Amino acid sequence: VSRPARVTTLLVALVAVVAGAVFVVLHYIGGGPQWENYVPKASGGQVNVIMQTDAQTTVTDRPDWVTYFIQNPQTGAWDHTTLFQVPANTQVNVTIYGFDGGTPGRNQLWGAVHGTIGGTSTVTQVDAKGHAGPATPTVTLNTWNGDVQHTFQIAGLDLNVPIAAPNGTLCPTSPCSASGNPYTINKFSFRTPATGGIFRWNCEIPCGLGYLYGMGGPMQTLSYMSGEMQVVS
Amino acid sequence: MSAEPQPQTQTERNDGRNILVSWLVLCVILEPLVILVLGPHLPPGALSSNARSQQIDNIVLTALATPVIVGVLLYFGYALIFWRQKAGDDTDGPPIHGNTKIQIGWIAATSAIVLSLAVYGTVELIAPAGAGAGEGPAPVWKLSGSNVLQVQVIGQQWRWTYRYPQFGGMETTQLMLPEGMPVEFHVTSLDVIHSFWAYQLGVKADANPQVDNVAYTTPEHLGQFTVRCAELCGIWHGAMYDFGKILTPTAFQQWATSTETQLVSVTKLLPPYALTYNPDLIPQLGKALTSGGLTGAGGNFYGPQYSVQP
Repeated sequence: VSRPARVTTLLVALVAVVAGAVFVVLHYIGGGPQWENYVPKASGGQVNVIMQTDAQTTVTDRPDWVTYFIQNPQTGAWDHTTLFQVPANTQVNVTIYGFDGGTPGRNQLWGAVHGTIGGTSTVTQVDAKGHAGPATPTVTLNTWNGDVQHTFQIAGLDLNVPIAAPNGTLCPTSPCSASGNPYTINKFSFRTPATGGIFRWNCEIPCGLGYLYGMGGPMQTLSYMSGEMQVVS
Repeated sequence: MSAEPQPQTQTERNDGRNILVSWLVLCVILEPLVILVLGPHLPPGALSSNARSQQIDNIVLTALATPVIVGVLLYFGYALIFWRQKAGDDTDGPPIHGNTKIQIGWIAATSAIVLSLAVYGTVELIAPAGAGAGEGPAPVWKLSGSNVLQVQVIGQQWRWTYRYPQFGGMETTQLMLPEGMPVEFHVTSLDVIHSFWAYQLGVKADANPQVDNVAYTTPEHLGQFTVRCAELCGIWHGAMYDFGKILTPTAFQQWATSTETQLVSVTKLLPPYALTYNPDLIPQLGKALTSGGLTGAGGNFYGPQYSVQP
């Protein structure tokens, strides 16, 4: 083998290794879901956070995974992420549009609302024609008969809110549109602590079916059913 | 006529005596400090009977190790100071010969220490009442007395919950215990393997699905303790912790009765209290839902076209 060929081979191999390392760093380590910054939107000691739950994630290469979406506070677009920032010592008013169907829960305790202001969540059923039922203050939903699709749980704040399941045929693509699809509107509020920090949150309904005990796959992946809330002080 | 050089008289240094005396002095000074000053701060504290017992074990081991550590460091320091080779001195050191008495004494002493520690460790491994370890569903070493509080510890990705069968089977995320009352933990899991580690209580028991793992303790002081999962169980394993409290018997009774009342609507929907729960039930229900054509099970139970992944 000639010297130029050896040098060329060496350089190509070097470039390949460097490119691989850069790809790994950018794609797996430096990448990840984006943060939705709700801090600038806080006003009067309150901030509104809006999410939705979907039965599928057609915007990713995991189309059959359940997922959360968070509304971008600046653009209003639905972003595929579960990371958001809120200010400290603030009342967070959460609205979750639940487009997914019910999944039997493993522990009925997660069917109980806990840690919210007032100890309740307000649930409204909306059918595919857009007809909304009454906004019903809810303390407990039955996870065993499919009333609950997911939960929004922040363990560090001892917060747990079951997300009610809608009635009817679920929307087939994500992010779901309120037009032509049944969904539930789940509203609740909680207070962030006075000091900053990152609080993990996740769903406690084993909706990663097909995975070990339903808690694998989307349940253990950021931007699907696990997320983080950064409290900014 | 030249005068004969007279040999210089030099006081011989007795290294063995110096080291022995120094070692004894240091041990006399340090042992009380280790036992009385450091000892009460050794883990896991003295919040419960098990913790106190484990702390005593750590004090015993530290006290036994102290003379050894002092001896090694003293010998090392003495050698550095007094046996340092002088400049220009290329002579060999004195030859070392075997000493049967020392060898027999060394073997006898170390054997006695190791064997006595083995006996001590074996006794401490089971006292008191299993030493805070999980003993499985049929514990051999039990707490005496009939007034025992039963608490079921349920591990699930990624929370601990606690059921109190003597208070209507209520389930909460709070672990409250009364001071002075023996506690019987029944540790189990709803999904994968976890490990219930109540650090300051000195209790550690595996939480396995469909296994009732019993562990005992008696809280002896008021205070707060940390509960951690000690078995890697998924993405939020590191965040699977909470804090328990030891209350006065009166405060515990008030908390338990008020919580039982608050949770009555949830308790009604809970499965009846049982020592274990079947984690396969949920995937089976999900499969039945989807095969029955019902919506829901958002994660979609993977059909035959998908490979089921762990």
